[in-house]
Amino acid sequence: MAEDRPSTEERKPAARKDVIDVLKAIDRRIIFLLIALAVILPLIFHLVFSVRTSPIVQAIFDKVEALPPGSKVMVSFDYGPSTVPENQPMAEAVCRHILAKDLKLYMMAVWATGPPQVEVLATNVIERDFPSKAYGVDWINLGYKAGNQGLINAILLNLKGMYTTDVHGASIDGFEMMKDVQNLTDMSLIICIGSGFPGVREWVQFAGDPGRIPVAGGVTAVEAPLLYPYYPRQLLGLMGGLQGAAEYEAAVVKKYPQYKEHAEKAVKLMGPQTVAHLVIIAFVIIGNIAFFGERRRLTRAKKG
Amino acid sequence: MLRVQIPLIITFIVGAALIVAVFVPHFPFYEANENFSVYFDLIAVFAFILGGGNLLKIHGDRIWKKGRDWKYSMVTVVGFLAMLIVGALKIGGPPGLTGDVSADGSWFGFMYDAIFVPLQSTMFSLLAFFVASASYRAFRAKTKEASMLLVAAFIILIGRTPLGHYMTGWLPPELQFLHVPNLSNWILSIPNMAGQRAIMIGIALGIISTSLKLILGIERSYLGGESK
Repeated sequence: MAEDRPSTEERKPAARKDVIDVLKAIDRRIIFLLIALAVILPLIFHLVFSVRTSPIVQAIFDKVEALPPGSKVMVSFDYGPSTVPENQPMAEAVCRHILAKDLKLYMMAVWATGPPQVEVLATNVIERDFPSKAYGVDWINLGYKAGNQGLINAILLNLKGMYTTDVHGASIDGFEMMKDVQNLTDMSLIICIGSGFPGVREWVQFAGDPGRIPVAGGVTAVEAPLLYPYYPRQLLGLMGGLQGAAEYEAAVVKKYPQYKEHAEKAVKLMGPQTVAHLVIIAFVIIGNIAFFGERRRLTRAKKG
Repeated sequence: MLRVQIPLIITFIVGAALIVAVFVPHFPFYEANENFSVYFDLIAVFAFILGGGNLLKIHGDRIWKKGRDWKYSMVTVVGFLAMLIVGALKIGGPPGLTGDVSADGSWFGFMYDAIFVPLQSTMFSLLAFFVASASYRAFRAKTKEASMLLVAAFIILIGRTPLGHYMTGWLPPELQFLHVPNLSNWILSIPNMAGQRAIMIGIALGIISTSLKLILGIERSYLGGESK
């Protein structure tokens, strides 16, 4: 047993462990725990910050606001369950605004995982806040079709050729709001809520530019920087991540305070995101303190 | 010979017609563009059959030969077949070809909501933990460039939260350019956009040259052969 114990010499480095050694070797489980707490505690204690709308998001709001009642707006749900926390609040905020303005809401998906999100939106927004809006008259769910950007190109030229039925299999000729729709150029605005390929970029390239239709987008925070080259001429506005969604919600609530109760999903989630960002920044700073401390120690050791 | 030449001729005609249709949106090119787009979407549907068959072949082989990670392949195949069968047979939902596959009570809808949604959400949520851990270990100001990246990252991280407004919202109008959200927007709108545009133009040029090689029959690897 005694042989297993480290000798006094072997134990020395551990005893000499200083602050730098501690800072440079933080157990990843501690990091995971702090990130978990950074998300959970603000949710428990309802930490909510006020959000201001930035010009790039305000541009989308202003465009929707400027459309006359009855104008047609296409919203494409090009995301799946993995990015719902970021994408669903922006989709709900935009659709709530469209219906509040008495515009015609057309919903479709270039992603197979999009239609279930439309169903969620129908329950969370339309049935709750707009019970008087009728399916097929004020809003419609066209569902998903395969083809990626090829589908966008096809419906730019002939929407009814591709969508002969809605998502439930009913003939679209039977819906009042489909009677005067031939192709995408009948839309006053296209809003793509996406999280990858095909997404906002493909809507700009295959619908917005060739059809001269205004396109706006809402994407995950990771994807947003990739789309800045299209703003503002090809992409009239962009919601980037949860912050973008919260900014749109703030603009909607400011103009339509009657929807405040259900319309601040992203605003409420900005608390955990803010604290999580601070924790990440703190760990990066700690990592750099350890890095420079270690470098200084090595330099001293070389000189010594 | 015909096995190579016929696809090459089709590629040339379709490619050339679609390019012309962009510049001449009139009869017959406009109609050709419309029809080819619809044909493309029809063909895209068959890609699912090809993809499904490929998945079963690769993972089936691995399971049969008990290759590396064959147990994961088993999970993949079982998951794929389970979703395919309950979806194709519309179990629990309205029957028939036009029956809604995800209608209330359908097994497909239940499996999507109860298995697929939580799995995808969990996988994406884990990113937050790994990003934090990786940032701590790898994000070091080792060089001037790395230091600039670090500063930009801090500005974006703070600027993309309401905290930025609280931190520097008190700045007088003449110093508003130092307001963190404004700095964050500047980084995204100027240096980021310049870099992204350069990358995009490069990619676009690459796509043009590859497309031309395909249309002119120089690139033939998609036919299963070698390029000229």
